Amino acid sequence: MRRAVVSVVGKDQVGIIAKVTTVLSDSHINILDISQTILQDFFTMMMIVDVTGIENLDRLQEQLGNTGDDLSLKINIQLEEIFQAMHRV
Amino acid sequence: MNIALDEMMETIRMIQMENLDIRTVTMGISLHDCGDSDFEKMNKKVYGKIVSLAGRLKEVAEAVEKEYGIPIINKRISITPIAEILGNATKEQAVELAKTLDKAAIELGVDFIGGYSALVHKGITKGDQTLLDALPEALSVTERVCSSVSVATTRSGINMDAVRQMGMIIKEAAERTKDQDGMACAKLVVFCNPVEDNPFMAGAFHGAGEGEVVLNVGVSGPGVVLNALKRYPEADLGEVSDVIKKTAFKITRAGELIGRIVAERLGVPFGIMDLSLAPTNAMNDSVAEILEEIGLERVGTHGTIAALALMNDAVKKGGAMASSYVGGLSGAFIPVSEDNGMIQGIIDNSLTLPKLEAMTCVCSVGLDMIALTGDVTPATLSALIADEAAIGMINKKTTAVRVIPVPGKEEGEMVEFGGLLGRAPVMGVNPFSSEKLIRRGGRIPAPLQALIN
Repeated sequence: MRRAVVSVVGKDQVGIIAKVTTVLSDSHINILDISQTILQDFFTMMMIVDVTGIENLDRLQEQLGNTGDDLSLKINIQLEEIFQAMHRV
Repeated sequence: MNIALDEMMETIRMIQMENLDIRTVTMGISLHDCGDSDFEKMNKKVYGKIVSLAGRLKEVAEAVEKEYGIPIINKRISITPIAEILGNATKEQAVELAKTLDKAAIELGVDFIGGYSALVHKGITKGDQTLLDALPEALSVTERVCSSVSVATTRSGINMDAVRQMGMIIKEAAERTKDQDGMACAKLVVFCNPVEDNPFMAGAFHGAGEGEVVLNVGVSGPGVVLNALKRYPEADLGEVSDVIKKTAFKITRAGELIGRIVAERLGVPFGIMDLSLAPTNAMNDSVAEILEEIGLERVGTHGTIAALALMNDAVKKGGAMASSYVGGLSGAFIPVSEDNGMIQGIIDNSLTLPKLEAMTCVCSVGLDMIALTGDVTPATLSALIADEAAIGMINKKTTAVRVIPVPGKEEGEMVEFGGLLGRAPVMGVNPFSSEKLIRRGGRIPAPLQALIN
């Protein structure tokens, strides 16, 4: 399985999860894990998603980026290995 | 194993806020099979080989950069030291070859191509001399070609005849590019104990022990180390070392992963990971500021060398654990013009040329990107190189000199080089002459340290 991390960082507001997950479900992407915290109005969410069937992340990156711009949030998607490499021996 | 939220946040913070990046992926290419007594043929073969092997370098690096969300700042090429294939070529042909390399770099969209080089630490061959003669012109008529010259090693001593020539070459290269503040010199480094797999410029070349083609990676991350240390303002120095080690480990692992993926996609063997902490002029991406965070009011004051030694060692220890093949220069770079903290240290009269020399005893390379007054003599430049070479030779480490005698500028003035090369305050040199030392010529014999068999 090819997994990626979607990170959402910015000011808390209504409907963040709904909008981000809509983008993902429109692309038929399964969400494997979600965690989030809110610290002094600052929203952070990390999702681990299955991108096995997706050859090219470009289109998804662009869509998530647009959603991020609409909500004034920073949304990124990157393959999970980079996190594994940095935090697991 | 699942990654925890705070771990993911740490990685994202490092990349987005603390300037963690892969400084360079550098493809090393052997040109040994391109030598030819017919210069036109050689010229064509060199261009053809570079362009075909590195054709997808930029494209692949950019795709990996996007997928993994970590910036790769530079895509570069290092080649066999050109002097080794020059043979009977003339000086004009050597300049022509530099233009060919420049053209290849532009065509491929790579930032720099390194290896317009000669290894003359013991003696100078015909090809070496042709290259040395061509250097000032070659560097002034090209944009992306980088050159290095090895003038000393621990095993062979210091070739003072080559050192003498380098003083004159640097001076002439500066004069030829006086409209750009001597910019040609920023692309020329003089080495003692150079390494064959260095991915960083201007000193990268593809050494004799290397294969046909290889991919080497250099990471960066002074900003990440600085921010990590800021979270432990009261830690003792053992703990400071530990924080740097842990941070270097993470940075290196990221670099190694990216390097391996780029290499795999290009179908090229992965060579080495260079652990160097390379600063940039970005806010807080400074090696000097790390030293200040450790406890100096301003870099250059007493204690600077101790702090630098601690940092350099901790970076290596953390990095060595994280990579299967560590190589290159792997330590801390202390370029002046590319590091806002160093620049401030000089402006505040805390950091001086002699102190920078002393720092090179414990950092990974040497005097780097230092602007000198325009009236410095070739002999003084040569003597400066000889001092650095001696430090490297005796301490069995790489040292280097990349200085820019800026035509028409005096001590205290500021020079802007632009881009990654940054800006530098012009420094003065010792006014007393070293002329006689340099005029003597010959070789400084290899030291006792060389007799290790």
